[in-house]
Amino acid sequence: MGDKISIKNLNFYYGKNQALYDISMKIPEREVMAFVGPSGCGKSTFLRVFNRMNDTIPYARVEGEVKIDGKNIYKTKTDVVALRRKVGMVFQKSNPFPKSIFENVAYGIRINKMHSGKKDLADRVEKALRDAALWDEVSDRLNTSAFGLSGGQQQRLCIARALAVQPEVILMDEPASALDPIATQKIEELVVELKKKYTIVIVTHNMQQAARISDKTAFFMLGKLIEVNPTEKMFTNPDDELTEDYITGRFG
Amino acid sequence: MAGTGTFADRVFRSVLIVLSSTVILIVVSMVAMMVWTSLPTIRMFGLEFLYSGEWQPASNVFGALPFIYGTIVSSLIAILIAVPISLGIAIFLVEQAPKSISSPAAFLVELLAAIPSVVYGLWGIFVLAPFIRNYLGPFFQDYFGWLPLFQGRLTGFGMLTGGIIMAIMVTPIITAVVRDVLEVVPNTQRDAALALGATKWETTLIVLQNASSGIAGAVVLGLGRALGETMAVTMVIGNSPQITASLFEPAYTIASVLAANFGEASDRLYLSALVEMGLVLFLVTFVVNALAKVLVLGVAKGTNAASKA
Repeated sequence: MGDKISIKNLNFYYGKNQALYDISMKIPEREVMAFVGPSGCGKSTFLRVFNRMNDTIPYARVEGEVKIDGKNIYKTKTDVVALRRKVGMVFQKSNPFPKSIFENVAYGIRINKMHSGKKDLADRVEKALRDAALWDEVSDRLNTSAFGLSGGQQQRLCIARALAVQPEVILMDEPASALDPIATQKIEELVVELKKKYTIVIVTHNMQQAARISDKTAFFMLGKLIEVNPTEKMFTNPDDELTEDYITGRFG
Repeated sequence: MAGTGTFADRVFRSVLIVLSSTVILIVVSMVAMMVWTSLPTIRMFGLEFLYSGEWQPASNVFGALPFIYGTIVSSLIAILIAVPISLGIAIFLVEQAPKSISSPAAFLVELLAAIPSVVYGLWGIFVLAPFIRNYLGPFFQDYFGWLPLFQGRLTGFGMLTGGIIMAIMVTPIITAVVRDVLEVVPNTQRDAALALGATKWETTLIVLQNASSGIAGAVVLGLGRALGETMAVTMVIGNSPQITASLFEPAYTIASVLAANFGEASDRLYLSALVEMGLVLFLVTFVVNALAKVLVLGVAKGTNAASKA
């Protein structure tokens, strides 16, 4: 399969502090790429490079090239709104809007004016909820507040909300770190299911999680990309000694 | 914990209890004083006091309606003008302005709240009233003169002038509270909207929705302030107890009539009527402020729940 995202010589700065050093890598289409590494290694910063969420941080600066489908997203005339529609994001803490379940999923569809009429909107919402494996649990209470859902359900709702705008890439920033094992398992199953249609980049602190769900894993330390390899190789026979030390738990 | 500790601790506790009960005592004694002093008019006019429009102290006829009307209408004018301005300032300060501008600007807005009421009144007399008399009034009468709202004599002193002065005075309060509630909206909400392709404006709408009950609280708080505002309004509202549709005609508010006439109210019944209006104002602002508190506290709780969930 081809590469969805390719990064070349990427440097990232928060003001004077450099957070990412000269990163080059490729992220293949319709696979799960896991970013692992100790806290503060820059993996979340890197993830937010792909939908330009770092733009909201004052003094943040990017150097280098990030191409999605061959187009550099840091060109000045990039339409950031369109980019974010194409590159969806799920956050560490579930963050549903103070709206009903239905309106949460409908939000992105509405603001991007993707629907034609009420029926179409309802269909799109249903499809997104089904794709996020949440439909059966909420179909009878779509108009109740999203805050009535459990933590795991809220996170799947956020995934449904991201899916509703039909992205091609989904960025996940430790999506299961605040969830119990059962809810985590559901999210993991969902990720594996979703990669049939989407390119997924997931940041995780949980090595087993990376091993279970990802096709490739990238290991970061102190803002540098140490190693990127197929997950199986990474966890059995990594190229770099640092990687081995980290995944076997010798530090971090 | 209660009842535990050394003797010194128990003394300390008792002292604190006494100190904090003084606040309650003061309020209770205020209400008691007002009810007691206004008993003559309460007995004589009953509820009619609240809806009668006749106010003739010379012949012992007291109806508070013109003052109630003036208080409510001038406060509503103030709120109608102040709310959009305050929302705009608060949104700018929290959502748009860089830190280097937002902090000093917020400071300036809050300084407005520190200007003495009487200074606003002077400004109203020397700047706002002539402006309304010479420019704003003629403009509205030329183009919208067919509306009863804009008919009447243009003295510059009237309902609109009072309302505008109060709007300027409550803007800093509403702005400060709205700013606070916008600031407690978790950033995860903004992130969620932005990540879905929302524009700055659409993201702001999500933030406002998160803060909606707190904003409502800020508005009600502003209303409470406007209802009780005395000095500046007395100086510009024209002080005439009448009920007219015109915004330019003079009016009167409860607070103003109390301030302006208390000294000359030698008659027991006249005094009673004034104090009864004070009682009405007290009760209304008390309820309005309690409501505001509940709403503002609600938003803090609500967003906590949202961020925890």
